Amino acid sequence: MLEITNLVKRYGHSEAVLKGLDLRVEGNSVVSIVGASGAGKSTMLRCINRLVEPTSGSIKLNGTELVNLKGAELRRARRKIGMVFQGFNLLDRLTVMENVLAGRLGYVSFYQAISRRYPPADIERAFVLMERVGIAHYANKRADELSGGERQRVGVVRALMQEPDVLLADEPTASLDPRTSEQIMMLLQSLASELSLPVLINIHNVAQAKTYTERIVGLRHGKMIFDGQPADFNKDALDAIYGGIEAPDDAITEQLGTAVEEPRHDAV
Amino acid sequence: MTPSNTPPRTWKKPPFIANPLLRYGLFVMAAVYLVWAFGSLPFNWARISEGLPRAARIFSGGFPPNLERYELLLTGFKESFQIAILATLLGVLLSIPFAVMAARNIAPLPVYLLGRSIIIISRSFHPVIVAILFVAAVGFGPLAGILTLTLYSIGFVGKLLAEEIEEIDWGQVEAMRSTGAGYLVTLFYAVFPQILPRQVGLSMYQLDSNLRASAVVGIVGAGGIGGTLMNAFGRYDYDFAFAILLIIIAVILLSEGISGWVRKKIW
Amino acid sequence: MVDHAQRLADRVWQRYDRKERLIRYAVLLATLMVVFWAVRDIDIFWPWVWDAPNQISNLGARMWPPSAAGLSGILNALLETVHIATLATFLTIFLALPVAYIAAQNTTPNRACLWLGRFILVSSRSVNTIIWALLFVAIFGPGVLAGILAIVFRSIGFIGKLMGEAIEEIDRRPVEAMEATGASKAKVVAYAIVPQVMPAFFAIVVLRWDINIRESTVLGLVGAGGIGVILQGAIDTFAWPTVATILIAIIVLVLLGEAITSLLRSKVL
Repeated sequence: MLEITNLVKRYGHSEAVLKGLDLRVEGNSVVSIVGASGAGKSTMLRCINRLVEPTSGSIKLNGTELVNLKGAELRRARRKIGMVFQGFNLLDRLTVMENVLAGRLGYVSFYQAISRRYPPADIERAFVLMERVGIAHYANKRADELSGGERQRVGVVRALMQEPDVLLADEPTASLDPRTSEQIMMLLQSLASELSLPVLINIHNVAQAKTYTERIVGLRHGKMIFDGQPADFNKDALDAIYGGIEAPDDAITEQLGTAVEEPRHDAV
Repeated sequence: MTPSNTPPRTWKKPPFIANPLLRYGLFVMAAVYLVWAFGSLPFNWARISEGLPRAARIFSGGFPPNLERYELLLTGFKESFQIAILATLLGVLLSIPFAVMAARNIAPLPVYLLGRSIIIISRSFHPVIVAILFVAAVGFGPLAGILTLTLYSIGFVGKLLAEEIEEIDWGQVEAMRSTGAGYLVTLFYAVFPQILPRQVGLSMYQLDSNLRASAVVGIVGAGGIGGTLMNAFGRYDYDFAFAILLIIIAVILLSEGISGWVRKKIW
Repeated sequence: MVDHAQRLADRVWQRYDRKERLIRYAVLLATLMVVFWAVRDIDIFWPWVWDAPNQISNLGARMWPPSAAGLSGILNALLETVHIATLATFLTIFLALPVAYIAAQNTTPNRACLWLGRFILVSSRSVNTIIWALLFVAIFGPGVLAGILAIVFRSIGFIGKLMGEAIEEIDRRPVEAMEATGASKAKVVAYAIVPQVMPAFFAIVVLRWDINIRESTVLGLVGAGGIGVILQGAIDTFAWPTVATILIAIIVLVLLGEAITSLLRSKVL
């Protein structure tokens, strides 16, 4: 169970990005988080595995407080939190198999990591998962030779290799074409139920959120303003979340192309 | 997602070099080379073992750096500047004809080969070697330094400029030729304007580079601060030598900064 | 009519506007003054300058034809030069990489390390190889060790600076992904950073090796081993035909080094 209480994040002295957020996710539910760019979706997800340091508040995963963990404890906690990224964030010059096995980096020793001598169980698990998503035949291909959809599958398998207790997906489909992004959403949905894994998905595409998830959380200016079933997510909710910020409704489904140009977390 | 009953599969990273013979062969060759190279070099261990106490003596003699004879230092630096400035001017001007000669698109083949070989030869020799030859020919002093760095500049600027000429927009040359202009006029109106911005930037770069080099050609007697440094070292005058060294570093950093700033302004 | 004439007068064509022209003239004037000062003030005996072409062609004549007498000695010295450059480049790798790691903004452990790294790089780069050689000859006596150390100390700055820049330019996203798996710092470096900088690393080392071949030809002039030692010896004994042979040998070596470098680059990259 993931439990977020009164989460606040402020960068420097500017206005807070997250203003006291509360969220509980239980069981194997798939939750989508919708909101305009800058609403704090990505920051919230990154606070959970502490890629971004929360300013205050509490985040508990299966009873463990994550906010004040340090060093080895933090790394042990991160092993249990899988993450899928908008830009796939693959190790481009390494093979698909190495990318997938990298999901085990939190478990293996440094020697095993650099010599690529992973335990047989890890390699078996890697093959099983890669077969499940249909990329096993690419095992020895370089990651940058794959297409966008295949690359995101590698990203998903890498996250699942961690044997996570929760899966975070930050705009997993925003860099993909519409058809492929539907496939990835379907994959995430079915994997969640197969592995009984709670999944949090940041998503721009409201139509997909309604189709593939069981619960929608709407953020605006760092506050939660909607939390309910897809059936309850109506025009009013949409206006409340996106109103006055960007074109709502049908425009949003067509926005996949522009979403790719969202600022990324590149090195400066 | 049920675990399969077959024994766990294995996976090995495909090796960087597929052929095992070549892969291990390269390793063995590298190891053999290292052993051979280390073994064949004449190390004078007896002399080297005295090194640490000697280093301690040199560094304790060098600190604090001594600036008492700053006049000598100023004269040395002044001469280095003068060498660098004159050599840059001469080198940059002379590099233009050599670059024209060494550009395949505007020079006839025999001229091109001559131009290229001059540039290649002047680039093959370290300035210090050129300096020692000029010192032998024209005697000790800044003249040898100027000649050395002029040649050095011709090699460096000439090569880059020749590449620049080879990449010019050919349409402008054709346009000039179609007006009936001769070779020289075409050169001045269609070629030089295209390479001029680059040439100004290169000159600044070369001035900086010549200033650095002028500090070392002095070591073999071609004038400038390098000679002063060499003398201080030769007389075991380590505190003065370290003072010179520190100021050389400061001047080089300063000149690198200025040259970078000017080039950014121009480009 | 008047109007027309005036318009014609206005249309006098000028290449630059007034301010640009002023700046240009000022820069030109300043340059001329500096050059004038340099020419007047420099310590040169001018009759020698007019005599220089004579002297140079004279020296050239004395070098011709090159003598093949000491050829085996020259070849040995050439080999020694290559060894110095190669061993020094090899040793530099182990010293420069840690420095690059602490001198790159995104991998440095803390501010103190960053400044220490930058200090090492700047001091290494600002001192010329031959000056390093001078220092090490004073410490360890004449010989190849001084030469190797001189090349190493100069190359640390070169390889370290360029590698540091390569590290700063990596894609940060894989790093983020590796951190998210719970990998330790060392594993993040091994998986997300090392593969990204490998091509740059190879190119930089090969480039520096090429430069080091050139640099190690002069080490001998201050007694730090290599072909420079016998070049200095030949010049001191006025054995000009031998000097010519050595010079040709150096050209061949440098061109060979360049050929190997470009071969390696095209094969591996």
